[in-house]
Amino acid sequence: MEHIDHLKVFETKIEQDINIEAKDWMPDDYRKHLIRQISQHAHSEVIGMQPEGNWITRAPSLRAKKILLAKIQDEGGHGLYLYSAAETLGIGRDELIQQLHDGKAKYSNIFNYPSLTWADIGAIGWLVDGAAIVNQVSLQRTSYGPYSRAMVRICKEESFHQRQGYEIMAKMMAGTAAQREMAQDAMNRWWWPALMMFGPHDTDSPHTGNAVKWKIKRQSNDTLRQKFIDKTVQQAEVIGLTIPDPDLKWNEEKKSYDHGEINWNEFREVINGNGPCNRQRMSNHIKAHEEGEWVRKAASAYSNKQKLRVSQ
Amino acid sequence: MTHQEALLTLTLRLGDDPLILGHRLGEWCSKAPILEEDLALTNMALDLIGRAEVILRYAAEVEGKGQTEDDLAYRRGERRFYNHLLVEQPNGNFANTIARQLFISAYESFYYTELMNSKDATLSAIAHKAIKEIKYHLKHASDWTIRLGDGTEESHHKMQEAINELWMYTGELFETDDIDEQMSESGIAPLPAELFGKWKSLMIDILSEAKLSLPDEGFMQTGSRQGVHTEYLGYILADMQYLQRAYPDAKW
Amino acid sequence: MENVKDTQWPIWEVFIQSQPGTPYKHAGSVHGSDKEIAMQNARDTYFRRNEGTSIWLVPTDCIIASNPDDAEMFFDPSNDKAYRHPTFYTMPEGALNI
Repeated sequence: MEHIDHLKVFETKIEQDINIEAKDWMPDDYRKHLIRQISQHAHSEVIGMQPEGNWITRAPSLRAKKILLAKIQDEGGHGLYLYSAAETLGIGRDELIQQLHDGKAKYSNIFNYPSLTWADIGAIGWLVDGAAIVNQVSLQRTSYGPYSRAMVRICKEESFHQRQGYEIMAKMMAGTAAQREMAQDAMNRWWWPALMMFGPHDTDSPHTGNAVKWKIKRQSNDTLRQKFIDKTVQQAEVIGLTIPDPDLKWNEEKKSYDHGEINWNEFREVINGNGPCNRQRMSNHIKAHEEGEWVRKAASAYSNKQKLRVSQ
Repeated sequence: MTHQEALLTLTLRLGDDPLILGHRLGEWCSKAPILEEDLALTNMALDLIGRAEVILRYAAEVEGKGQTEDDLAYRRGERRFYNHLLVEQPNGNFANTIARQLFISAYESFYYTELMNSKDATLSAIAHKAIKEIKYHLKHASDWTIRLGDGTEESHHKMQEAINELWMYTGELFETDDIDEQMSESGIAPLPAELFGKWKSLMIDILSEAKLSLPDEGFMQTGSRQGVHTEYLGYILADMQYLQRAYPDAKW
Repeated sequence: MENVKDTQWPIWEVFIQSQPGTPYKHAGSVHGSDKEIAMQNARDTYFRRNEGTSIWLVPTDCIIASNPDDAEMFFDPSNDKAYRHPTFYTMPEGALNI
């Protein structure tokens, strides 16, 4: 039997931009990195349902309510696609959820901030989804097939999310003084956390090396962050919102914006559990999971009984 | 009562049920027993709010005072809401939500089948679209009723309890007053009372497959046809109408 | 029966036909406790945007996949058989409908 140099086959595929598929041989660290990244991504989608869900019952029109429900449902669907992608790597959703509850798996820091007014729903759609989509568009070309395909589907579905958020902001900026104040306040509170979503500067990012080598990650944190800033500043200006960064200015030479320093201390504190909503988000998730246990078991028990009845 | 007044009350009754039930189902978002069910409950909520929107838009048109569907949903006082008491009941545990859905979707499946034949072209068109959604809601609710009823001992107990607790709100579904008579005589809407037999026999079929028992007829709550509700509705509206009431000049 | 384990239920692969007559295409997977629940879950997950008109569901553990290590012997031998493709043949000029 001819010996196959699996590592070489793997590396050649990566080099030639050929996707790695579930049954292909892959280095353990590649698998581990993917499970960590994809599950973190999935958890983010699911936990991200909470800050927006906070406004479903208070959405100010029937149209707004339908849009918000559909959008949050999409986030749930995207979590589901991503869990599925992670499951192809040989880990169950049960275990992934357990890791989240045990604090072993993370989710995006941004969802540890509260959504306080209706304008926050606008800011989340426009800024948070806007930042996420910059990352996700880049991830469509990620090297792992199931992850890449999930991202393609997600990007297609998410294209309306940012627009609905921006529409809310635009409407409020064209509205009453109270609405404009609410919109600017939301902008002030969400801008910096949105920038933090791209993660630490490239020089401080511990996972970037392998992820880039294996083409899991196609563009660096700082590159993606810059892309987001450059497209968002103009959108803010059009509707009259001020970016809460006094150091923000156009750099003619590099043809993009320079921005002020991000508060990395706050970033670390929130990651370590000290954000305004960390405990609330996690305890809601655990509560729903625990309260659902009897339902999941009932369905399994019913299925077992049916199988027995058929076999008898 | 003039034809227009009767039609307005009818359309408000028909619009308020999906409005309030859709609101309730929306409260499940991110809290369902499994992710797939979260999406399913939201799909139902979206169907319902979509239906509320078109029916209330028609109600506003019938009223003829230049109001919109949003004015009717967000600026109307509690005593002028006419949804059935059943749909404003809290989500409770998953069994409560399923029992509520089973009762109302079964009722609606018969009501809207008749409504498709309405001489009112708008209501007939609405019913043609809604019936497809309702059939799916009913299938979802009955499949779950059967799984919970015939699942574990715990789920059987919870499902039976939910059926028993909500039972006293089912009588109201079949109440028939002068407005229903008038609408029925004009060929616009069915008489709710005439749907009871079919509804009950469907309940007997589903509950027996689920190994659950049908409660005795017993005492039935009433009031929504006069706009008299349980305390729960006030809180639903307080949430729902908050922004529109706090910022009356704002457009969202 | 009462000692049933709490799980996220078995996984099912979902195939979607986007319109009658077209082939079924893999869309992704869902969890479902039995085939009816899985079918509804597939519908509620993959048909939020009018994606199609028909669903096939297959329990994931029933999928048989080819072994990647066999890829060369399985698939390469067919890439030198150009005569299986219509463009391989030279047709006399002026011949129609062929």
